Amino acid sequence: MFLDFSPFDRELVEGVHGAGAAFAMRLLARFAEAVDARSFIDIEAAHVDGCLYHGRASLDFVERMIDLGGKVRVPTTLNVGSVDLIHPELFRGTEEHAENGTRLMRAHVELGCARTFTCAPYQSAWRPRFGAQIAWGESNAIAFANSVIGARTNRYGDFIDLCCAMTGRAPAYGLHLTENRAARALVEIASIPDDWDLERLAVAVGHTIGRRCGGLIPAIVGLPSAMNEDDLKALGAAAASSGAVALFHAVGLTPEAPDLETACGRLAPELRLRLTAEDLREAARSLSSVADGARLSAVSLGTPHFSIDQFARLMPLLDGEPPLIDIFVNCSRATLDEVRRRGWEEPLKAARVTLVADTCVYVSALMRADVGTVMTNSGKCAYYAPGNLGVEVAYGSLAECVASARAGMVLRL
Amino acid sequence: MSARAFDAVTLVPGAASGPILRLDEPLSFWGGLDSATGTIIDRLHPQRGASVAGRMLMMPGGRGSSSGSATLAEALRLGKGPAAILMLERDAIVVVGAMVAAELYGLACPVALADGREWEALAAAARLAVRACLGGATISIE
Repeated sequence: MFLDFSPFDRELVEGVHGAGAAFAMRLLARFAEAVDARSFIDIEAAHVDGCLYHGRASLDFVERMIDLGGKVRVPTTLNVGSVDLIHPELFRGTEEHAENGTRLMRAHVELGCARTFTCAPYQSAWRPRFGAQIAWGESNAIAFANSVIGARTNRYGDFIDLCCAMTGRAPAYGLHLTENRAARALVEIASIPDDWDLERLAVAVGHTIGRRCGGLIPAIVGLPSAMNEDDLKALGAAAASSGAVALFHAVGLTPEAPDLETACGRLAPELRLRLTAEDLREAARSLSSVADGARLSAVSLGTPHFSIDQFARLMPLLDGEPPLIDIFVNCSRATLDEVRRRGWEEPLKAARVTLVADTCVYVSALMRADVGTVMTNSGKCAYYAPGNLGVEVAYGSLAECVASARAGMVLRL
Repeated sequence: MSARAFDAVTLVPGAASGPILRLDEPLSFWGGLDSATGTIIDRLHPQRGASVAGRMLMMPGGRGSSSGSATLAEALRLGKGPAAILMLERDAIVVVGAMVAAELYGLACPVALADGREWEALAAAARLAVRACLGGATISIE
């Protein structure tokens, strides 16, 4: 196999742009061979998913980059870390974990990454433009960038997202290339439960396509045109949790799918799925591991990170009786600033809301160890929390989550 | 000694030998492998409880979260990783994990791409040796 290096790639390998960039480019070249890419392209931006601590090797890698004098070459945002640096007192794990987690977050900042610490960089000033070539880690962000924005990234992960950031280059393969972005699965929404809100519909559809489309890019037909970005965010996050979806086309809603023919690139789909209201109800039910009426320990919202629009929808729901249990809301520090600017922090606290920035309850040790059942409006959180946290989980709409927090048990509206 | 040798493609260079562990189903290292012990912990994996440490790990393909690279690198750092990995499909997660362990700790866990027609013969052996150089790799039955 021969990699076609540009003159710039050769300079990177030879160390003209520093030892850190040379190290990153060597690794990137080996990665390119493994994915059968033949050359590299320029990227405009990167999103690095490396600051969640799960072992010494990740820290050693970033510290090696620092020792080699490395700096990122393109604007680079950071995913969530293990610790809420704004509210460090929330952390309930070991001191060693907190220390290493904090070190790992700070080490990335030393390399020149922005202190965004969010899994939803598309909700920030760093949002890429349509058609931009980027190298992003974090499955929900990848799905959103490709699908909702029409930017172009593969599923980059451990170490490689940072190597792309350090070189400004990415292997030319997969979703960077137009010919690989056409839908190969057709998903028809034949009927929708008439009492559902759009967010729940999005989660049920996302969860189902993740499980059933395998590696095929789906084109979804029949989603209501009123679906907003937060709904599509929930859809992508659910699909990228139950499956490996990096790009979906919602016909009539997402930019590369003005119509079905365009979404499919004139190819006939390899797979056809027809989802009925009953399939979708079953999908939503499968996300709960407890029965309705079960006692709750906490509610968790904001996986992926809550947007300011979602806060605006949450505020009126909190009017009335205060909840019996804690509500955790995960958001970026930038969104937290906006919440404060709007004067919402005090009323949220009064309604037993704990605001969590920089991290997310489902990946971090924030809730009490004895926590039993957590309710969430997120398909992603419902999918991962039982394994990551050892908790039972109930899935419900935002309104159901708030009503259930008030009752201390799983309620359906 | 080596009665039979097979050509393979080098994904990560190095030399190793040892007893084989053939995976019956794909394994996601993230959430599926305990890097501290090298034990398979995926509750749904048929070989749950088996150890990859020091084994010639035969896994046709990869699976799962990209966080698997860090898990593999961490297992190798702790001396609980496989001796080598033999695959039938290129897998970036595996390659990156092994590369990072080589770069950071000088620990060679060669990764080679075998020929599907020879897979059963390799899997029937008790022990294998692999020599993976930049020009190409050889897998031999010991």
